[in-house]
Amino acid sequence: MSDRAPRIGVVTFPGSLDDRDARRAAATMGGDPIALWHADPDLRGAEAVILPGGFSYGDYLRAGAIAARAPIMAEVVAFAERGGPVLGICNGFQILCEAGLLPGALIRNRSLRFICREVSLRVETAQTAVTAGLTPGETVRIPMKHGEGQWVATADQLARVEGEGLVAFRYSSPDGIVDEAHNPNGATNNIAGVRNAAGNVVGLMPHPEHAVDPDVGPTGGQALFASLLQAALAGAAA
Amino acid sequence: MSEPLHRQLGLRDDEHERIVTTLGRDPTRTELAMYSVMWSEHCSYKSSKIHLRTLPTEGPSVLVGPGQDAGAVDVGDGIAAVFKMESHSHPSAIEPYQGAATGVGGIVRDIISMGARPVALLDPLMFGPLTEARNRWLLEGVVAGIGGYGNCIGVPTVGGEIRFAAPHSSNPCVNVMCVGIARAEDLVTTTSLTPRVGSLMVLYGATTGRDGIGGVSVLASATLEEGAADSRPSVQIGDPFAEKLLIEASLELIAADLLEGLQDLGGAGLSCALSESASRAGMGARVDLDAVPLREPAMAPFEILTSESQERMLAIVHPSKLDAVRAVCDRWGLETAVVAELTDDGELEIVHGGEVVARVPARSLAEDGPEYDRPAITPAPPEGEDPTFLPFDGDVTTALFDLLGSPNVAGKRWAFEQYDQLVLGNTIEGPGSDAAVIRVDGTMKGLAVSVDGKGRFGRLDPYLGAMHAVAEASRNVAASGARPLAITNCLNFGNPERPEVMGQFQAAIRGMRDACTALGTPVTGGNVSFYNESGGSAIDPTPVIGMLGLLEDHRLRVPSAFPRGGLAVYLLGETFAELGGSEFAEVVLGATGGRPPELDLARERALLDLLHAAAGETLLRSAHDCGDGGLAVALAEAALGEGHGFAVTLPGDLPEHLALFSESASRVVASVEPADEERLAALAAAHGVPCARLGETGGTRATIDGLVDVGVDELTATWELAIPRLLGEAV
Repeated sequence: MSDRAPRIGVVTFPGSLDDRDARRAAATMGGDPIALWHADPDLRGAEAVILPGGFSYGDYLRAGAIAARAPIMAEVVAFAERGGPVLGICNGFQILCEAGLLPGALIRNRSLRFICREVSLRVETAQTAVTAGLTPGETVRIPMKHGEGQWVATADQLARVEGEGLVAFRYSSPDGIVDEAHNPNGATNNIAGVRNAAGNVVGLMPHPEHAVDPDVGPTGGQALFASLLQAALAGAAA
Repeated sequence: MSEPLHRQLGLRDDEHERIVTTLGRDPTRTELAMYSVMWSEHCSYKSSKIHLRTLPTEGPSVLVGPGQDAGAVDVGDGIAAVFKMESHSHPSAIEPYQGAATGVGGIVRDIISMGARPVALLDPLMFGPLTEARNRWLLEGVVAGIGGYGNCIGVPTVGGEIRFAAPHSSNPCVNVMCVGIARAEDLVTTTSLTPRVGSLMVLYGATTGRDGIGGVSVLASATLEEGAADSRPSVQIGDPFAEKLLIEASLELIAADLLEGLQDLGGAGLSCALSESASRAGMGARVDLDAVPLREPAMAPFEILTSESQERMLAIVHPSKLDAVRAVCDRWGLETAVVAELTDDGELEIVHGGEVVARVPARSLAEDGPEYDRPAITPAPPEGEDPTFLPFDGDVTTALFDLLGSPNVAGKRWAFEQYDQLVLGNTIEGPGSDAAVIRVDGTMKGLAVSVDGKGRFGRLDPYLGAMHAVAEASRNVAASGARPLAITNCLNFGNPERPEVMGQFQAAIRGMRDACTALGTPVTGGNVSFYNESGGSAIDPTPVIGMLGLLEDHRLRVPSAFPRGGLAVYLLGETFAELGGSEFAEVVLGATGGRPPELDLARERALLDLLHAAAGETLLRSAHDCGDGGLAVALAEAALGEGHGFAVTLPGDLPEHLALFSESASRVVASVEPADEERLAALAAAHGVPCARLGETGGTRATIDGLVDVGVDELTATWELAIPRLLGEAV
């Protein structure tokens, strides 16, 4: 254990909305938040990178499509390939899928409406940068807020994601039951978040950065941030 | 022969005469277009100004009163809360998604132009009954538009109410309120910054197109009649991504001290921004229309000047700072254009293609418009039976379910879930409570905000109706533990050229004045929305009040719902036989006459003070206003919030349906720890507020005096599913 505050880079694209919230959550949990700018191909010594929620570039072509080609993304991809921890939240998840770092795609919610709601997520694996401190099967309470969060994949992709245990989180009941009644957006197999094979890159639709401060919401995001901070320190030590 | 041009543009003959007198000649077409938008009801407040001046606008917390883009109050530690409400009803009636979306965009720019970061949105909405397909289409479109825009700009939507009444079938009301936060010393007002002769007017943001031309005059300042859909080109189209960039760039420009003035472009577009900026500075301006970046070529001067293309701002910049301003805007990908230079002669001179197309005194457009003291008659009280004196032999449990399932009372989660309530990370209490509560970033302070207006009371008595709106908004804020500070408003009325409507308006202004004076909540600004009528039938007079309150420590917030069992339940205040304008009268009795409940402002003030004091002593575990549906609905709502039941008896000796459903003012249902009951009684006595013990919380059933005994889950189901059912989405 180190008591050093790890440097957590949070990228701001034009249209990012939850960037300051992600920085604040990182700071609340003991990290040193670093503001990164989409046009700067420089991670400024970040030891973990968060792609925050929002509507980057207005999501006008396709959610996350333009941001995935922003100058800083080449650095993020290289960082991820070196094993650096990368967390994509909501729009950040969409960007990671568009950038090819994570499998699948996010399409409009089944209801065709934006949904802002607190949900329970069942942790499916501890083999990721944000779930290392959690136990598979346990649930965390975190809000979601998106219009395009229905995770879908081709049959081959889905077989690989399920077969290789790349599902990080599923929407569930508070006691971990995964069923249609607890699938807010129609996501395939209730998938709320996925990881890459190495587990250092994770994306999810719900917002852990809005679940660290008990004054303003649930606290299910604390464990995710704590794990991310640990991963950042571990990566720096490696 | 066709109508003269000035009439086609919505100007009256005497207004045209006034222009000729001002200029000493006939106006050019371009000038006429500019006057027509600037002297429209929407921009000039010509029918309301003399009445609005009678409102109380000063108080210890007021930093900026009416007359600026938004009002501002001091919340301590050098922090200002900026807030304003506006309507976007007419555009929304024609094109609900874009109408509502651009309403959000407009109010957000008002807050930015004060130098404040927008931190919260609230949307009071009024529609016709959901049994009509068109009303369902309007509700769905408006809610989607608010979400589609608001969710994309990073400002949480934390509150609002949705009401239904028959007169809104043809005239939905879409009001939107925005709250912003600034360092008090950074507020941008006409006195905080001093533009200089030779300084530049820089237009930044979106380009200018042919959308929204005549929005304020054609759409907002006339009644909606047959064929109103043909006005669809007068509805603006929103680009929330551009708005988000505009927010960040504008706040950066202000923080870097690069500006001598800032104004948003809203109604009346460049005509308004140019003339108001110059006029407020006491100057004129030489404007080069060819410098305005256009979305399409060959736009005529009048089109450029009256276009209401969205997401544009006009800054006044000293030439020495122009490069720095451009650098900030470039960084955010926003186009800049120097469109004018301030001059010392007070004239707005507009050049297009090398020719002067307009030359008018800036003041004459912005400030010296017509003002009318329109004829008013005291409206006759509407006919209909007084429900208070009607016999009722029905079943009160059935009535309670009917009320919980009535669209006015029913849960609005269907709508609120479509709004991002959380971004910025300071939402302590989102939509659906008595008041929304947001934390002031980086402090322990909380702002409590409530929007309230009830047309049904206004219809029966516009004076009392306005007083009730102020009192209820204050009560909602106080029930959350906050001290009410000040209000903004949106005054929704019919055609002011009809004496009955003007009579309603004047009565409502008096009611608002008396209530705001008595409750110590001055008016910091607002908006008047006239012409909400079609086919000669107007909406009920509906002043909507946006109340801002302060919690010195947000941890002192009091929730609306019972937080657990084992608490003692009290009614603070007293119930009288008052069913006029009540939900029970409308839904159960079908009786639309009578008078609204009486309102004793001294008693209201005492209750507000008690609530604030009790919250300060952390005495209250919950507090919920008794509003629509009276005590029975207040109890049910307090129970279904967290799923905790109650068992109570009714105080007093009123007939049971009156005790349960009367909508007497100045009442709150509160819960306290059993150990604190004596303290509450003593505090209430010290404030002179009646305080009656009703019973206890606990269990899963809602039990009233042997009259009602139902599961809380049944109440919840009725309340939750009513709106989705009406929209055909739930069975």
